[in-house]
Amino acid sequence: MATDQAHVPAAGELTESGERRRDFIYIATGAFAAVGAATVAWPLINQMNPSADVLALASIDVDLAAIKPGQAIKISWRGMPVFARNLTQAEQDAANKVPVSSLRDPQTLAERTKEGHTNWLITMGVCTHLGCVPLGAGEGETKGDFGGYFCPCHGSQYDTAARIRSGPAPTNLVVPEYAFKSPTSVTIG
Amino acid sequence: MGRLIAFLAPFAIGGVFVLALLVGAFMPRDAVTPDPTIALHKEAKEVSFKSDGVFGTFDKAQLQRGFKVYQEVCAACHSLHQVAFRDLAALGFTPAEIKAIAKKNDQPTIDEKTGDAATRPGLPSDKFYGPYANEVAARAANNNALPPDLSLMTKAREHGNRYVYSLLTGYANAPAGWAVPQGLHYNPYFKSINIAMPAPLTSEGQVEYTDGTKPTVDQMAKDVSAFLIWTAEPKLVERHRTGFGAVIFLLIMTGLGYLSYRRVWAEIKYKTKKGEVASA
Amino acid sequence: MSFPWAKHYEPTTDVGKWIDSRLPLPRLIYDSVGAGYPVPKNLNYFYNFGVLAGVALVVQIITGIILAMHYAPNTGLAFNSVEHIMRDVNSGWMLRYMHAVGASFFFIVVYLHIFRGLYYGSYKPPREVLWLLGMVIYLLMMATGFMGYVLVWGQMSFWGAAVITNLFSAIPIVGDAIHTWLLGGFSPDNPTLNRFFSLHYLLPFVIFGVVILHVWALHIPGSNNPTGVGIKGPQDTVPFHPYYTAKDFFGLGVYFTLFAIVVFYLPNSLGEPDNYIPANPLSTPAHIVPEWYYWPFYAILRAFTVNFLWVPAKLWGVLAMFSAILLLFFLPWLDKSPVRSNTYRPLSKLFFWILVVDCLILGLCGAKPAAEPWLRISQFAAAYYFAHFLIILPIISRIERPLPLPKSISEAVLTNAGHSVEAARAAVAAVPQPAA
Repeated sequence: MATDQAHVPAAGELTESGERRRDFIYIATGAFAAVGAATVAWPLINQMNPSADVLALASIDVDLAAIKPGQAIKISWRGMPVFARNLTQAEQDAANKVPVSSLRDPQTLAERTKEGHTNWLITMGVCTHLGCVPLGAGEGETKGDFGGYFCPCHGSQYDTAARIRSGPAPTNLVVPEYAFKSPTSVTIG
Repeated sequence: MGRLIAFLAPFAIGGVFVLALLVGAFMPRDAVTPDPTIALHKEAKEVSFKSDGVFGTFDKAQLQRGFKVYQEVCAACHSLHQVAFRDLAALGFTPAEIKAIAKKNDQPTIDEKTGDAATRPGLPSDKFYGPYANEVAARAANNNALPPDLSLMTKAREHGNRYVYSLLTGYANAPAGWAVPQGLHYNPYFKSINIAMPAPLTSEGQVEYTDGTKPTVDQMAKDVSAFLIWTAEPKLVERHRTGFGAVIFLLIMTGLGYLSYRRVWAEIKYKTKKGEVASA
Repeated sequence: MSFPWAKHYEPTTDVGKWIDSRLPLPRLIYDSVGAGYPVPKNLNYFYNFGVLAGVALVVQIITGIILAMHYAPNTGLAFNSVEHIMRDVNSGWMLRYMHAVGASFFFIVVYLHIFRGLYYGSYKPPREVLWLLGMVIYLLMMATGFMGYVLVWGQMSFWGAAVITNLFSAIPIVGDAIHTWLLGGFSPDNPTLNRFFSLHYLLPFVIFGVVILHVWALHIPGSNNPTGVGIKGPQDTVPFHPYYTAKDFFGLGVYFTLFAIVVFYLPNSLGEPDNYIPANPLSTPAHIVPEWYYWPFYAILRAFTVNFLWVPAKLWGVLAMFSAILLLFFLPWLDKSPVRSNTYRPLSKLFFWILVVDCLILGLCGAKPAAEPWLRISQFAAAYYFAHFLIILPIISRIERPLPLPKSISEAVLTNAGHSVEAARAAVAAVPQPAA
């Protein structure tokens, strides 16, 4: 074998004079090919990110006027439920009575609501354990041992400030970004 | 015997196909009455837009003027199903302006208490659904003609950019001997000549421009064409820019690839050409 | 593989040896597209199109999988979901144009690949199976391309689907039943669109599988070459890598540059404006045409205008259109000349070029409305097409006197480079032959 090809230098092993220039061209070509492939890869990956129409729905206005104290509503935002709850004075007191240091995810009710609107508890209705929707916002649903929310999937219990009290969930129900436009309406997102 | 059949089969099959075709080819043809619209139909006028060519971009001021023409004239009958109000940001409108524009376009919804059909003010995420609830309503209001959706008009016709401009400025009096049926209008740039839409742009100043441009019929037709080029291909500028980078990059890469190829083959190909027989 | 002088894969690292004794994938690559595959050293640029076709297939599969993430195969949503891709999906416009233009480029490359094979006799023994597999790929491509065009659900999509599925109704007795079965209804509708989407997603992977067989069948006899003369020894070949990898990389660069120019600057030039109008089952466009790569066959379909031998014209058209493709499967047995390359077959070469022009004319006729003069031109052109393969080729392969062939590839290379035949033969003889 390899009689003739003994004369044929392979791409790498080359004669004194040509060596450096050849290597440079091969490396430059390879580098360009690599950069090109990487550049093309980005749109192929980025196309899976939210498209413009999905992003356009990222904020909604919610009217809270119809929610009486002790009641809650579920709103769909980005395809997920948001709980808006009008806390009674008793519920607020119950939440404020709990020593913050004893909590798994220490936060006061004031930190979880907007100033001047502490009766409005607006949280994601998504359990921080594995993403089920907790019970407690709907009419007649169980509110769990702590009067807030109860996740039936794996038994996480939330209190009246939607803070995690027992069960596997690691953190409190997330408070989304929102702002009051008027005393009875908010913009979420 | 089998071999003979195999030998003759192609000739037989080929012969039959060829005969069937030639019989058809030499069959006398029936006289055809030429379609009279072909002689009247005109090619789209020559007109250029800033979006033409490799470096073509959109003239935002022109798109805004064109949008104004669309809103005040075309939108009375035509929808832009593919275009959302939020897309107007590309024309330079601010979020507040977009919200205001959207608000004026009521959208169908249901009453939250009763479930009955109702309307609500439009949101930026809504689209230009146009004035008619459905095709039947559109036809009923337009003498049984359907005003087509304009989102993709400049891509849905031959030379679409020029076509829209030509159609808008192409209304004329019918030549002698050409009867235009009741309710239709003569326009030689329209494929079937008689068009149901009456001339939409008729007089200078029909739309008031705020940027000082003179609103002649010609100018309005150009502006609304430019606007419809945008609605049909909103990513045109991005496409042209990306393409420029891509082509330059690929040219360099190909050039380097060619040098590498020459280098790799140098011993085999290019030396033998010079006459070094021995190494071949 | 079948060349005793092919280089052998020898893993140098421990990891390489470990892998090689368990799953010798690096060895497979080395032997098929690496230094272990000896290739004739005189291949010209027309031999780039095989690799390019493979790359075009991969581009279609990648962009297609991505488009399927955003596309909705439902008559109510399909057209708008395509526009959603064009407007809202990140880089969606680019991916969709790449897929649409990519289909055309795939066909351009494959047509050049096929005509290369026709000119240099690459279908002849011992490469018949290679050719047959290639034809299978081509048929699958046509089916895939057709169904993909329907997915847009524009006017041309809808009426293309209506016309092409109607072809099957020409079959006597069972035709109507087949037609209804294909559509899942009585006209193209949601069931049709849904199954076309499913098959359009499936077939490219089938094509990919057949491509692997095609490459396998190529590696048994090895590549043909412009002389058509078989490989005589190591002096006739170079290893695929780095020689043809370098050449293919350059070819790929040219291909992608042209591709980018069309994708970014002329993305709709190969399409029909009517397909930007949503499908309307109640109104047919004035002038229905398929995508350009079907034009020659569309012309053949329409060229049969008279009932002949008790067979209706419609059935003749359908039969002829399918025969026009299927007869290519029999090419290795229609052209029995022992000489492969048309370089040494003056008569065959002449008719080859007539065939090329004929196919271009048929393509032009397919793009035009079925009216005079195009109809009559297409009838003569179609007649030549069948005559070429079924009558002319079998005859000239028997009566033609080929030019003298070079003794070997090396001899041809040297004489092309300006050496006398004697000097070339002496030089080739001076190279020691391998001990087999």
